[in-house]
Amino acid sequence: MSTLAKAVAHMRSSKTVMMSGGTLCAIALVALIGPWVSPNDYMTTDFDRLLHSPTFNSMSLFGTDDLGRDLFVRTMLGVQVTLVVAIVASVVSLVIGVLYGATAGYVGGRVDAVMMRFVDTLYAMPFIFFVILLLVVFEQNFLLIFVAIGAVNWLDMARIVRGQTLSLREREFVDAARLIGVSTPRIIIRHIAPNLLGVVIVYVTLTIPQAILIESFLSFLGLGIQEPQTSLGNLVSGGVLQIENASWMLLIPATLLAVILLCFNFLGDGMRDVFDARRSR
Amino acid sequence: MLRYTLRRLLGAIPTLLLVIVLAFLLVHAAPGGPFDDQRVLPAEIEANIAAAYHLDEPLHQQFLRYLGGVVRGDFGPSYSYRDYTVSELIGRSFPISLQLGVLAILLATTIGVMTGIVAALRQNSPLDKVVMGFAMTGISIPVFVIAPVLVLFFAVKLQWLPASWTGSQGSSRLLLPVVSLALPQIAYVARLTRASLIDVLSSDFIRTARAQGLGTATIIRYHALKPAMLPVLSYMGPAVAAVLTGSVVVEEIFGIPGLGQLFVRGSLNRDYTLVLGVVVFYASLIVALNLIVDLLYGAIDPRIRRR
Amino acid sequence: MSLLEINGLSIRYADIDVVSGLSFAVDTSESVGLVGESGSGKTQTALAILGLLPRTATVSGSITLDGQEIVGADDGAMNALRAERVGIVFQDPMQALNPYIPIGDQLRRILIQHGIANGSDADQRVMHMLHRVGLPDPARQFRAYAHQLSGGMRQRAMIASALVASPDLLIADEPTTALDVTVQAQILDLLERIRDDTALLLITHDLAIVAGHCERMLVLQDGKLIEEGKTRKLFSAPVAAHTRAMIEAAPRVDTAASPQPVGGEPLLDIDNVSVSFQERGRQLQLHAVQDIDLELRAGETVAVVGESVSGKSTLARSVVGLISMRTGRVVFCGKDIEGPVQSRAIETRRDLQLVFQDPAGSLDPQMRVERIVAEPLAVHAPDLDAEARKARVVSMLERVGLSDEFMPRFPHELSGGQAQRIAIARALIVNPKVLVCDEAVAALDGSVRRQILALLRKEQQQTGLAIIFISHDLAVVRSISHRVLVVYLGRLVELADCEHMFIQPRHPYTRALLDAVPVPDPLAPGGRLSVKGEVPSILEPPSGCAFHPRCGFVHARCKTELPRPRTVGGTRVACHRAEEI
Repeated sequence: MSTLAKAVAHMRSSKTVMMSGGTLCAIALVALIGPWVSPNDYMTTDFDRLLHSPTFNSMSLFGTDDLGRDLFVRTMLGVQVTLVVAIVASVVSLVIGVLYGATAGYVGGRVDAVMMRFVDTLYAMPFIFFVILLLVVFEQNFLLIFVAIGAVNWLDMARIVRGQTLSLREREFVDAARLIGVSTPRIIIRHIAPNLLGVVIVYVTLTIPQAILIESFLSFLGLGIQEPQTSLGNLVSGGVLQIENASWMLLIPATLLAVILLCFNFLGDGMRDVFDARRSR
Repeated sequence: MLRYTLRRLLGAIPTLLLVIVLAFLLVHAAPGGPFDDQRVLPAEIEANIAAAYHLDEPLHQQFLRYLGGVVRGDFGPSYSYRDYTVSELIGRSFPISLQLGVLAILLATTIGVMTGIVAALRQNSPLDKVVMGFAMTGISIPVFVIAPVLVLFFAVKLQWLPASWTGSQGSSRLLLPVVSLALPQIAYVARLTRASLIDVLSSDFIRTARAQGLGTATIIRYHALKPAMLPVLSYMGPAVAAVLTGSVVVEEIFGIPGLGQLFVRGSLNRDYTLVLGVVVFYASLIVALNLIVDLLYGAIDPRIRRR
Repeated sequence: MSLLEINGLSIRYADIDVVSGLSFAVDTSESVGLVGESGSGKTQTALAILGLLPRTATVSGSITLDGQEIVGADDGAMNALRAERVGIVFQDPMQALNPYIPIGDQLRRILIQHGIANGSDADQRVMHMLHRVGLPDPARQFRAYAHQLSGGMRQRAMIASALVASPDLLIADEPTTALDVTVQAQILDLLERIRDDTALLLITHDLAIVAGHCERMLVLQDGKLIEEGKTRKLFSAPVAAHTRAMIEAAPRVDTAASPQPVGGEPLLDIDNVSVSFQERGRQLQLHAVQDIDLELRAGETVAVVGESVSGKSTLARSVVGLISMRTGRVVFCGKDIEGPVQSRAIETRRDLQLVFQDPAGSLDPQMRVERIVAEPLAVHAPDLDAEARKARVVSMLERVGLSDEFMPRFPHELSGGQAQRIAIARALIVNPKVLVCDEAVAALDGSVRRQILALLRKEQQQTGLAIIFISHDLAVVRSISHRVLVVYLGRLVELADCEHMFIQPRHPYTRALLDAVPVPDPLAPGGRLSVKGEVPSILEPPSGCAFHPRCGFVHARCKTELPRPRTVGGTRVACHRAEEI
């Protein structure tokens, strides 16, 4: 598939994409390797070494937290959890959003109107509150977090995919395919889906930071990932409590979170430029 | 225009109803009741309490009862704050949240739009790149990171501004919470305005305006601004929703007794009527706001009015 | 000294010269035509005169208007010149007018900005201008928005805005390309009457327009001036080869020789077909096509002619099955075909093909040419192996005049003409019996258009292909059709052998159409203002004969009674007074 090769080449040429992508890979790599390499683990409490500020040796790179746990390992773990949750949840909302949006867009007419009404209604709701409600009501569990994030995120993707499918459907090459005698499933697979690819890739890169935000927000409130597991949101939350004694407990995970989000946003922007430029030429 | 207004109004009602139904069902789907973590009571007293709160009625009846109450502005009694009704609680906490929210949105629109316009007019200049870099950062850092970091620097280290609401007076205590809420929105509105204005300025009718000898200021004022503001206008709905969401966190951090904090407390205490009431209240706000946005959109874009 | 003097103008983007060494002049009250195919630099020149080129353009040379230098002038100086000294009318008024502001306000703004008038004085002047450009109800149109006006009215408003500050020079860049031919005649006539002693620089690709409306003309090719001179002289004795080629390639509605009619059994019989649409949620029914009868024989080309909203495209699409018919029968090779294309027999789908107007839009942007052309084979000849398929694609490309180096290309790498050849290749690769061309050459330049038409003619002669040719361009139609069907607001108006129709049209509308088509002959340029008004809205068709509000032969009967098609002197015509015309 040389359309793919072309796209990859374009991505390589965009500085934004390369730099943000590179940073993310670097962070992910360190997050994977760090805990392996470090002599500490994320759970062991050590009441002799509470709230030590960072020392730059291998013993305690980021210092310790209020329970004496090594902050470096915990932070790296937090990064892992944050990224995994975000990517999985994004994939879930991607699948739902694309199926929903493509169906609405392709079928059109009444069905589309009803389906989009539903989406518009959901858009109007203060979703986070429903999510919080959900989590409080049903007790936190890992699966629920994915459901919650997915439930919020798929709306954007559905809208975008539906819009794109609608405009594709009106394009004459789809009519031409029908005339030639190509069957409907084949039209969707051969003609519509590949033309949706660009838009979908761009938006996935943008839904991931949204998912991270939601998950960290929930964890910050104590509704997301539970102790002793941790995510960046949890760590920031813990850091806020210690803001006067151990400011690094806040600053380190906060900075990491901000950097990850920034990179994803730049990546998404860059991808959008890549795919738009390709289409308009 | 009138028909358009009516149609939009009629459309808003089912939305609101759906929200209420969903929230109601969610709350009542919870395992256990609102009084579970209190002392175990003898069966009779439990039955009495259940009757008093109408918990023994079938679900649809409870719902209709609730709906009737909502229409009259009565959200029922609070289960955790025993002597208060939900409406009273909301009435006490909403004004503070409203103050914060309105200030944040005002800040977001004024600074965001002005910055966006300047960046668009100086497209690709160093100024533009710097401003957009800041904007990108602004939308990438979540509210619950900005707020504590601002507190860390301005309250703890520099001691310029108060870190907590209740321990201080006057407008200086507004500054940090409002700024925390507003920052991501300022950034988003700036980016949106810039992109939208650049797009409008490249359209054919602007070329015609230039061909008619109108100066840049005139073109922006009379030809470009209205259409350029349409996406920003559409964003106001999500913006308010985002500020509402952010307020939950900001009120926690600064200890502000607003609606967000009320909601969190209510959730943790399993005070279902309170939580339901806040959700319905917020949803009504958002639906009303979206309606206003829709109407304004129709006022600006004459082509929409036909539909 | 001339009003406008251009000397050695060059416009460059990166390393591409779109205009080089252009020099010419326009005198006061002169009308000059600037002709060239697309990409020849005409619009760039116009934009340069107004100082509207993008920042990425490097402009050198000199442009002086009334002695004032334009190249390198700053915005302040330019704004004083724009509207007051030079005005411009763009091609597409729907895009060129601001959709968010009422028309009157846009015009008023010009007067206020240039300090010409204020307040109610400005309003008066605007109303006066709107009246002068022929808008029927100036007060109403003053408050109207662009989308509420018809195409012709929009362009009149555009002209009003260009002339309201009384400039010395009016530039019109393809002012009628987006309009119906009868409206085009009205607008060109308006320009002539209204400009008084304002000079006119008329930019167009259509030689016929220049022949009838410009004293002098300039021919551009690839950004260079090829030839210039008095219009009559250039047409009678062109010097440059390119000019000569352009003149010869221009299709002529007055002298083209059309093919003789063919006989034989009809291949396709369209019998009393109607197509209607219901707007979602509304009560209104849109009757796009009503009671059309048409037969098509092998080896024959029947043209379906009409202006906008005539239903010609809808008819084509419903015959091939992209839209469902409402009533009527279509018999193809003896079989009744109806219903959407998906439900038709596979042979029917193979034998009935369509080529669209927009070449690039009909090709999937992420598929290569080879796959595009091979796709019908996958459906209709699935037993072919990859080798055989490839061979057929190569031979098909040859047939349409393209080498196999085009196989790996993507649609965005093709020119308009190449893309249309690919579309034709795709349609013909399964050897259909009938090909419907829906404005297939409308988007192409003169020389390319000629080549595509020749290609279609060749296919027809070699394989007996029958063609339904949908078009609004009568000149093109005359050169390739055996018979012609004229439609107005969805109804059959006239159906005749091609030569008969062009020599003796029997319906007033056909007459009006023929009179309005400009001819590339300065001595007999045609293109006369033949009928007033525009095509009415299809949602509110006039009673009786739909053409009666605009007809020069209207009688009382025409307003109440719908004329049915009847045969008069070998022609089928739907007019109460056909014999007298």
